[in-house]
Amino acid sequence: MTEVYINGKYVGNVENPEDFTKQVINERRKGVISAESNIFYDYKSDEIRVECLKGRVRRPLIVVKDGQPLLTEKHVKQLEKGELKWSDLIEQGVVEVLDTSEEENALVAFWEKDLTKEHTHLEITPLAMLGLTGSLVPYANYTQSARLNIGAKNQKQALGFYASNFPVRMDMDVNLLHTPQLPIVRTIMHEISQYEDHPAGQNMVVAVMSYKGYNMEDAIIINKGSIDRGMGRSTYYRPAIAEELRYSGGLIDEISIPDKDVKGYKSETDYRYLEEDGIVYPEASVAEGDVIIGKTSPPRFLSSMDEYNLASNVRRESSTSLSHGEEGVVDFVLITENEEGNKLVQVRLRDQRIPEIGDKFTSRHGQKGVIGLIVPEIDLPFTASGIKPDLIFSPHGIPSRMTVSHLLELVGGKMGALAGRFVDSTAFQAEGEEDIRKELLSLGFRENGVETVYNGMTGEQYPARIYIGNMHYLKLKHMVANKLHSRARGPIQLLTRQPTEGRAKEGGLRLGEMEKDTFVAYGASLLLKERFDSDRTIVPVCSNCGMIAIKDVFKNKSYCPICSDSEIDDIEISYAFKLILDEFKSLGIYPKLELENKY
Amino acid sequence: MATLKEYQDKLPPKLFEELKDETKGMADSKAKKVAEAVYEEFRMSRVEPGESVGLVGAESIGEPGTQMTLNTFHFAGVAEMNVTMGLPRIIEILDGRAKIKTPMMEIFLKNPYNKGKDIKKIALSVRETVFRDIATEFLINLADSTIEAKMSKKKMDDLSVTDNMVLKAITGTVKGITARIKENVLIVKTKGKEESLNEIYRLKEKLKDIFIKGVKGIKQVLPVKREDEFIIITAGTNLNEVLQLEFVDEERTITNDIFEIADILGIEAARQAIINEVYKVIESQGLNVDIRHIMLVADTICSAGRIKGITRYGVVSEKSSVLARASFETPIRHIINASLVGEVDELTSVVENVMLNQPIPVGTGLPGLVTKSTKVDK
Repeated sequence: MTEVYINGKYVGNVENPEDFTKQVINERRKGVISAESNIFYDYKSDEIRVECLKGRVRRPLIVVKDGQPLLTEKHVKQLEKGELKWSDLIEQGVVEVLDTSEEENALVAFWEKDLTKEHTHLEITPLAMLGLTGSLVPYANYTQSARLNIGAKNQKQALGFYASNFPVRMDMDVNLLHTPQLPIVRTIMHEISQYEDHPAGQNMVVAVMSYKGYNMEDAIIINKGSIDRGMGRSTYYRPAIAEELRYSGGLIDEISIPDKDVKGYKSETDYRYLEEDGIVYPEASVAEGDVIIGKTSPPRFLSSMDEYNLASNVRRESSTSLSHGEEGVVDFVLITENEEGNKLVQVRLRDQRIPEIGDKFTSRHGQKGVIGLIVPEIDLPFTASGIKPDLIFSPHGIPSRMTVSHLLELVGGKMGALAGRFVDSTAFQAEGEEDIRKELLSLGFRENGVETVYNGMTGEQYPARIYIGNMHYLKLKHMVANKLHSRARGPIQLLTRQPTEGRAKEGGLRLGEMEKDTFVAYGASLLLKERFDSDRTIVPVCSNCGMIAIKDVFKNKSYCPICSDSEIDDIEISYAFKLILDEFKSLGIYPKLELENKY
Repeated sequence: MATLKEYQDKLPPKLFEELKDETKGMADSKAKKVAEAVYEEFRMSRVEPGESVGLVGAESIGEPGTQMTLNTFHFAGVAEMNVTMGLPRIIEILDGRAKIKTPMMEIFLKNPYNKGKDIKKIALSVRETVFRDIATEFLINLADSTIEAKMSKKKMDDLSVTDNMVLKAITGTVKGITARIKENVLIVKTKGKEESLNEIYRLKEKLKDIFIKGVKGIKQVLPVKREDEFIIITAGTNLNEVLQLEFVDEERTITNDIFEIADILGIEAARQAIINEVYKVIESQGLNVDIRHIMLVADTICSAGRIKGITRYGVVSEKSSVLARASFETPIRHIINASLVGEVDELTSVVENVMLNQPIPVGTGLPGLVTKSTKVDK
């Protein structure tokens, strides 16, 4: 008796598990049972598991009967004509989709020629084992699987031509590569996914060599000439949004140039780009601190205090301005209404990004790196035919990672560029390395892709021959301009008076607990004090009751509100400690400070 | 040796003894030179005032400790006996846990016994033997309210257990029964009237765990040849009784249960045991930590005269500063308890002064400048 579980729940027993499983599969192929269900007979534990919930990883395979695939030439012809659809194939039971557990009981042939009587399924194409981005990796079957994963992941972060209606879109945080190209070394997935309509990356001449140590640890060297010619250039779009919010009491925000008597009015120069409607004009070149959308809000508290306040009903300034380190050109202004019927203003800023040191690039094989040096074109090594690399890649990145596909793409790309054609590198059915070598030889180059290269600065020939060819490189969305951050002094938090955290708030870099320990271990006591005095405060303390006293700046006098006529001493402590004393007081604990002379 | 006399107070006794041995037969002037050099070396290797030894020790043990977490489980199932090693063991020792995961002893034997003759027999005599070990089958006779337990002759011979010993052990521990042995079958009859099945069953379970011979607590024994003598490694520990066995070398026999050592041999022995055990783990991982850091930790743990782990209930609770205790764990509890008794924090150690942003009293923050102030008459 074999137990049967549906979605992990026990439902009953069957007498003959193998026949039962076969029967279920047959019914499914006939369409009696949903094609989305899968059945798996686990003969080790003698259990049948039926799964039909969401979230299973499944993949399609051609059904094989008696060593013959059910998908025939006739089907293929009908598919080409459009008489047959994918869903028809599944309905007919020609193709079925297996999940990971049913796959355990299937014997899948790679190619039709491998089919034997034992086989139960045939791959539609071996490429179907990979996902979309995975099958965009050239020579994927030549690479370590871990790197294939990284390569597939990197493609999703690449800059390219993401949508052809981009001028009228209001996308958040979007990059556009200026001159994207199709890869020379491509897979059939590039055709299937219509890569021509949304390409990413560019073909670059890549030399595998070191260059003055500036490409160690995965860094890459970039040719300044190539950058000047537009390689790797992209535009970064970022929106600024302001909404006229409605408040209780019929009060409403107003998008306009704020009046001078508005609370929190910035300087006049900050508003200089605004037109009468309170919004910047297109093509204005704005920088840090400039107001993009001028807005005022009603006063925050409409309390009884207003009777005494002469300057009541003063509106608050609440404009949208460029924060620290941001700059750009106003690209597009959109005035519309949102779901609640509030006026909504969106301004799209544009910023040209020229590759600089620290920008991230990658090949399609998980070989990512950051620009380590941008070299003037005249200083770069050149080949006998005068070719200079766009990019220099360090050879140390290869052995430990075993990305053979990276090397294959380089010769493949070289051959394709010289022959003026695309090279097919689809996983498991790529053009062979032998053929590429032969064709490269016939084009008058060394078959192994190596060339004699001369030092760009001295003109001397390098003793070693350099592996040089064409590769498709992708510019990734991580650019230093979005990450660079430093601070000496800057904003502090209201509550703790300690520096703010994070780049967006121009925050400090924390000297944490373990870093503190290093100072203590070294005995650098006074240095430690200096590093931790970001929230240093001077507090008057009553020498009688030991509580924090009051300092009257106008009268230039300190006094204790509890004890009359007591001596007040100023002490220096961290504001955080003053806070914890306050918290003790709120707990009903009396934290008495007993002062004594330090000297 | 008159020349060395002046160094007697300057050098620690052990060092002084060594110096005395080494300079034996040397000319006085030469010996003095050596002594001077030794003293200088000793003086230089002392920790300077203001050195934050605790923190340096914590870092020195903690940093390699982070690497250890990764290697810990690689030893699973390799050794003949499963022993807690790596980070879990260090945590166990430093936390001062009274019940350790794998208690273990290394029993060294006196001269004639450690040559390997009858080593298996000696080892088994140490092992705790319970009735379960010799019984093969239990039968409950409901009609007569008796339990019949078949015993294996072979097992009894191996463990040198006689019928008499079994009878004595059983009648000695369980009251209100009569027991006899007939052809390797132990028959136990309750003296009382009709007993319920439940109670007989409970009696049967009790019989299984009756202690017959050996040392209580020693669950497993393993004779091992180390260098040119045989020792017994045991799982389970009972230092007190093992030391009383006549064939045991009391001087070298050890257990890894620190609390047991502290109970039987005293706190100084426990301190040494902590050092040895921690160092053993660190060494086995191929790490290099100076033993003095571990000595400091052991000193801290044992300084109260009994073992106190480095936890909020152990040494941390002994800290004099409220703020320092509050900064470790459960701050609110410490603050409230301190406020109930009106504790005063003298701000004498590091954490409190970091909180207040005052110079910490270590290193350069330790010395103060004292000046003599004189009144100037005008």
